[in-house]
Amino acid sequence: MALQKAQVHNKRLSVNWIMTTVTALCALFVTSVLLFIIGYIAYRGISSLSIEFLIDTPKPVGEGGGIGNAIVGSAMMTLLASLIGLPIGIAAGVYLAEFGKHWYGSIIRFVADTLIGIPSIIIGIFIYTLVVMPMGRQSGFAGGLALAIIMIPIVARTTEEMIKLVPNSMREGALALGAPQWRVSWDIVLPAAASGIATGAMLAIARITGETAPLLFTALNSRFYNFYYDQPMSSLTVQIYNYATGPFEIEHAMAWAATLLLVGLILTINIAVRFLTRKKY
Amino acid sequence: MADKISISNLNFFYGKDQALYDITLGIPEREVVAFIGPSGCGKSTFIRTLNRMNDTIPIASVNGEVIIDGQDIYSPNTDVVALRRKVGMVFQKSNPFPKSIFENVAYGVRINGIHSSKADLTERVEKALRDAALWDEVKDRLTTSAFGLSGGQQQRLCIARALAVEPEVILMDEPASALDPIATQKIEELVVELKKQYTIVIVTHNMQQAARVSDRTAFFMLGKLVEYNRTQKMFTNPEEKLTEDYITGRFG
Repeated sequence: MALQKAQVHNKRLSVNWIMTTVTALCALFVTSVLLFIIGYIAYRGISSLSIEFLIDTPKPVGEGGGIGNAIVGSAMMTLLASLIGLPIGIAAGVYLAEFGKHWYGSIIRFVADTLIGIPSIIIGIFIYTLVVMPMGRQSGFAGGLALAIIMIPIVARTTEEMIKLVPNSMREGALALGAPQWRVSWDIVLPAAASGIATGAMLAIARITGETAPLLFTALNSRFYNFYYDQPMSSLTVQIYNYATGPFEIEHAMAWAATLLLVGLILTINIAVRFLTRKKY
Repeated sequence: MADKISISNLNFFYGKDQALYDITLGIPEREVVAFIGPSGCGKSTFIRTLNRMNDTIPIASVNGEVIIDGQDIYSPNTDVVALRRKVGMVFQKSNPFPKSIFENVAYGVRINGIHSSKADLTERVEKALRDAALWDEVKDRLTTSAFGLSGGQQQRLCIARALAVEPEVILMDEPASALDPIATQKIEELVVELKKQYTIVIVTHNMQQAARVSDRTAFFMLGKLVEYNRTQKMFTNPEEKLTEDYITGRFG
């Protein structure tokens, strides 16, 4: 049989070429959107970034100032959310993976997936009703709590997936030595899944750092440095929202600068996660 | 001499599927008993009933008796944790923990609180590694990861880990099936050596291995015990036609 290029062969080659090009263009489009966003934010924001901007508190309307208090507020609320959300989320994930093979586990799994899908502003309203109204004011505590609730199902599900990757033979090895079930999970399974769980945790932290909606009702905002959880607290995202919707050009410039800082932070976390997990596998 | 383990009328089910039919056999103390048979014949299932490893399978159910040292291990007041400490297990695929070599062996000792002091723990780890014929190869790198060991070394580490908790019975589920001939030979020599102190049950696909290491052999097929006899008799003059056919490779 002759091995010549038949017409069918040529047609196949061109279809192949077209499809490859189309998919490559789609891939390029996806990444260029991100690059464009980052590029444009950097272009608009870089000129307003300065040490004072990172330290100062907002000045009276229209006179500029900084976002120092917002950085502190975001950090404090993210910390509180992590302190509440990570232990609960990880413990729930361990339960789902190690013990949740029956109907109760499936219900929790379904509820967690639904909770992940709920718009974050609804979480804000929920905490508003539950915490802000009884307390009589917005607070950093309420904000951190709202972020924790967003965090828990994400951490639980990623933890579960990571723990499921731990080979069953390891569990059996420990059980065969006379280890009780809980020690197997704690001593063997958790450390084996630790790097994956840490990745999930960092991605969840990156996610809540960028949340605005749940903080609008709960933490509100503050023009001053505030180190107390029972007071309204500023955050980068809410500050960006306020500046961006303000009437003055200088406020818009500050919004761009704060956005650049926030995007840079989230990007750094994501890249760090990539970098740390690449070594392992 | 009374048997260390005596199994009578044991039936085992995965849900509705019966995997073992009415197994009755006795395992004498300080002997090596080999289970042979074609894939899926139930020999792995059977060995796992002896330390209740099958408890982890939700749909599994068992009836019949497994009596170890006069105690029915399936009675409601059996402490499974204590049972598994007494009946250790080595698996087909070596399964070291993501810990150092030392910590792998120390783990069982620690969780069972067997050691009296830190020095005692170190001593026990060394003894277990020596008994598993691994000490000389790892003594200079006890703190390094167990995953850095070769397959054969990992398997001997798992044996050391099982020995460290001072069991009385050791179950081995095809311990050498993933190893090369040299590593296999080491494991086999080890089994013969360990027989002096322990009662050993070994599942194997390798008939020569059963012939080399065991005192008695049980031949399983389709969940039934076909023949159980002294190994020497089994391999020279089996009572059952089926056994002879399998051993001579006429099917399987």
